Amino acid sequence: MAEKVLMKGNEAIAEAAIRAGCMHYFGYPITPQTEIAAYMAKRMPKIGGVFLQAESEIAAINMVYGVAGTGLRVMTSSSSPGVSLKGEGISYLAGSDLPALIVNVQRGGPGLGGIQPSQSDYFQATRGGGHGDYHLIVMAPASVQEMADMTAKCFDLSDKYRVPAMILADGTLGQMMEPVVLPEPTDYKPNKPWAVTGTECKRKHNIINSLYLKPEQLEQTNFERYERYKAIEENEPLWEEFMMEDAEVCVAAFGIAARVSKNAIMAARAEGIKVGMIRPITLWPFPKKPFKAAADKCKAFISVELSMGQMIEDVQLATECKRPVTLCNRTGGMIPSPEEVLEAIKKAAGGNK
Amino acid sequence: MKRVTLFAGHYGSGKTNIAVNYALYLREQGKDVVIADMDIVNPYFRTKDSTDVLEAAGIELISPHFANSNVDLPALPQEMYKTVQDRSKFSVLDIGGDDRGAYALGRYTPYILEENDYEMIFVANFYRPLTTTAKEALEVMREIEAAGRLPFTAIVNNSNIGNETTAEDVLATVNRAEELSKISGLPVIFTTAESKVADELKSKIDNVLPLKLQNKYFDIKG
Repeated sequence: MAEKVLMKGNEAIAEAAIRAGCMHYFGYPITPQTEIAAYMAKRMPKIGGVFLQAESEIAAINMVYGVAGTGLRVMTSSSSPGVSLKGEGISYLAGSDLPALIVNVQRGGPGLGGIQPSQSDYFQATRGGGHGDYHLIVMAPASVQEMADMTAKCFDLSDKYRVPAMILADGTLGQMMEPVVLPEPTDYKPNKPWAVTGTECKRKHNIINSLYLKPEQLEQTNFERYERYKAIEENEPLWEEFMMEDAEVCVAAFGIAARVSKNAIMAARAEGIKVGMIRPITLWPFPKKPFKAAADKCKAFISVELSMGQMIEDVQLATECKRPVTLCNRTGGMIPSPEEVLEAIKKAAGGNK
Repeated sequence: MKRVTLFAGHYGSGKTNIAVNYALYLREQGKDVVIADMDIVNPYFRTKDSTDVLEAAGIELISPHFANSNVDLPALPQEMYKTVQDRSKFSVLDIGGDDRGAYALGRYTPYILEENDYEMIFVANFYRPLTTTAKEALEVMREIEAAGRLPFTAIVNNSNIGNETTAEDVLATVNRAEELSKISGLPVIFTTAESKVADELKSKIDNVLPLKLQNKYFDIKG
């Protein structure tokens, strides 16, 4: 087994990306994700890769578009306000069917907001974020180990479906340090016949583009893309179930909120309350199946979030509104405490244990 | 025991934890202590998080006004000069990581050199991926010295992999710490570890300094 090292979540993403064969990074510093750029700045020149601090987030995402078009693995990273700036470029990536990784280490919003951790870009990430009909594959790590593992996974899925992927983390996960076993380096060789790599006068030239002159053609392209989204929704949802076997109350939480919730659930169990958790690991595709099944046996659901009630809508949809879903949340850079979550669990359990 | 003790090193090497523990140790010896959070690069997890513990022990804490707020403004307060100008107290300075963090130290360096009663300690963690060898650690050491304009005088081996660290993990780094000592010409004055691990180490190596670690809300218990 590979040796464990001690890393910040942000560093783990950067090193895992390099090991997944990503030799191109474009970004612009913003707290609390700056360590990704700082790590890339240190490492890339030593391994013959490209680190470029762009003049803005908008420039960076368009550089990503350029490299993605050549079929190479490429990424950018930012935090909430910076990801909003990248929105246009992300939509262009989706519209051109380009694989790429975008990392959002969220901070409090809206607007300039603050620098403390948040999950309030859930809607932006899972609904697309930019304009037009599209989705991103969105993964939500809950540990430094997962920050590394999901980076590799995002590159693979993104290439497989030609859909841009996003890691939706938060400031705490970016800044916290934990032991991590880094994934083995892969010898990545692109196999992308659609990429613009030079025809050598042997084939028709490829075009990377999101503009369609005829509406019929654009509609057809969108239909085809949605067939791929359908395949992703069928094949790729990931989730973790925690103490769900006999649960009567189900907590829904991802990322850092899931870690806080685990402690609250164990405290509630110690008091005899039958509570468990479904932790979505992919936020899009949302893991509808376990929630639908849980709706048949749990009497209540709680969405624990660092936002004003965003994932709660997906929980309501997935449970087909069969059971009440309450919200336990903090926002603006604040994090629900295990005690607050425990209180919400007790309320949902309603005394009849 | 020098009047001013500075902790610098690669970011994430454990400077803050050691600085807080060292300040508490000085206080236990009956010293009048001031600790300064001089970190201008790290947005979260800093000396200021230990305000309650430090205050309860009667240790004065000086930190940037905007630390732990929503403002990304790395400005140091004027009171920071007290740590180098008021010679009646023992000062513990927690410097930000890498050369980028050590730039903030530069403006206090002339006072420290003039008084010449300081220990500038390099905190090494060989489980950090950019400083896994003595040579890599020495590179960071030189970068920090150039940025802060203050030469190191000693090394602390704080090699750890967080709460999973075992005594064996620490022992496996002793050779590298000695090599760093050899190529830098500086002594390894302590090997640090969490209290339980430190107890195991005491019979095997000299100069072990036990640390109390902060519990964080996201550490999963049980």
